[in-house]
Amino acid sequence: MFSRLAPWAVALPVALALGLLGCGAGEPAASTTPAAGPASAAGAATEVTVFAAASLTGTFTELGKAFEAAHPGTSVRFNFGSSATLAQQITQGAPADVFAAASPATMKTVTDASLASSPTTFARNKLQIAVPAANPAKVEGLKDLTDPKVKVALCAEQVPCGAAAAKALEAAGLTVKPVTLEQDVKATLTKVELGEVDAALVYRTDVIASAGKVNGIEFPEADKAINDYPIATLAKAPAGDLAGQFVDLVLSPQGKDVLTKAGFEAP
Amino acid sequence: MSTSPRSRLSRRSHRSGRSRQGIAGRLPWVLVAPALAGLAFLVLPLAGLLVRAPWATLPRRLGEPNVLEALRLSLVTATIATAGCLLLGVPLAWLLARVDFPGRRVVRALVTVPLVLPPVVGGVALLLVLGRRGLVGQWLEASFGITLPFTTAGVVVAEAFVAMPFLVISVEGALRAADLRFEEAAATLGASRWRVFRRVTLPLIMPGVVAGAVLCWARALGEFGATITFAGNFPGTTRTMPLAVYLALETEPQAAIVLSLVLLAVSVVILASLRDRWVSAP
Repeated sequence: MFSRLAPWAVALPVALALGLLGCGAGEPAASTTPAAGPASAAGAATEVTVFAAASLTGTFTELGKAFEAAHPGTSVRFNFGSSATLAQQITQGAPADVFAAASPATMKTVTDASLASSPTTFARNKLQIAVPAANPAKVEGLKDLTDPKVKVALCAEQVPCGAAAAKALEAAGLTVKPVTLEQDVKATLTKVELGEVDAALVYRTDVIASAGKVNGIEFPEADKAINDYPIATLAKAPAGDLAGQFVDLVLSPQGKDVLTKAGFEAP
Repeated sequence: MSTSPRSRLSRRSHRSGRSRQGIAGRLPWVLVAPALAGLAFLVLPLAGLLVRAPWATLPRRLGEPNVLEALRLSLVTATIATAGCLLLGVPLAWLLARVDFPGRRVVRALVTVPLVLPPVVGGVALLLVLGRRGLVGQWLEASFGITLPFTTAGVVVAEAFVAMPFLVISVEGALRAADLRFEEAAATLGASRWRVFRRVTLPLIMPGVVAGAVLCWARALGEFGATITFAGNFPGTTRTMPLAVYLALETEPQAAIVLSLVLLAVSVVILASLRDRWVSAP
């Protein structure tokens, strides 16, 4: 009987300790990628570590492969996540080479700490109304979101997509009462994909990336809340020149091509 | 003949006393070194929070209405979730410990699934079942007009899902350790199985139930992943403390630390009240 009990006796305190640690830290690891591991090998740098906004996941993965093909022997590692979280990780000393943010405000956190200088805007993103493919609430424009019967998900104002949504709604003079304020744009989109909400404000690129699971509706006020995406090499980039070469690729016509195909606009 | 057992007994007790002294005499570093490292590993992150806490602005930040709102919501939902877990979890533990049915091992393993499942995945699973388009949720909405996502009830469901295994495991352990002879005696005296459970078993395992409930409550209080996925994140209805901490990390790490400290304080109080239980546990 004792030998049967023993595993639980061990597992329980361990699980409890982990749970408490998790809640103490707010479990940030639960939904963002963990901070990059050890810095790339010293000496001849062969690895570029890029911290990029979650909305860049598809395009930057593609560009990373192109970079590796153009620079044999090198590899590009990505840490995708909410721009604000990435900025925090960088200011706390995460060994990144390049930072591509979804808003100038999050980039400013890093430049203010003198960890990067002169960021360049490489893309712009526009909001759309995302609705489930069947559009059960028959949403046609921004005004429909004010209907209390329409369940709306927005990003929290603390993250770029939420700030943009607030700006667009303000420009339209509308007040929307969302049922949830999501942590990042992908979480917001998921709620639409699963049909849990009738509409959400997300980026055009996210609608395109969802490949038909949600439909996007353009609205004129989106032009008042366009998001600039800045990119910069970090002052202490362990990869040195390689970091600048990756930024050059993003800014090149090839980079622009990949980005516009995904729904971004050229700056 | 009659003195022989007594002398043997006294000799044995003497020997055991000496050997216990011997154990206390030299601590094996093979155990002590990793034990201390383990302790440091668990405590240092918490110390980090304390060191970096904005003590000067702490009272003002604690008094902010959104902090109190999140704390109140956390306490209320964790308590309701624990009550629900008690109602369902204690009978489940009894079933696992006292009733021999085919596939019991599989059921026991299934009960612990939420312990292993990443909570975010748990939240998605809950959406697929209880969401607006979920297997059960669809029917709930059509028949009763009940939708769980984005409601405080949804928070309770998410917390209960993740926390219930802690209660079940704890109660089942207590049931297995309890002396069956008391229950058998009650049964031979003519008590029904329900009466045996209520009057004999339950009082016998009460310490285990309490410990399990406290663990369950603590886990529910710290629940993050399933809640944010299943119930969403809206102040006043679904934004519990861990969600507030996570959101605060985006822009105001200092505020996040304050919120974490509140949770930390609650956790420490619970652990301290549990200490006697752990020490006396077999």
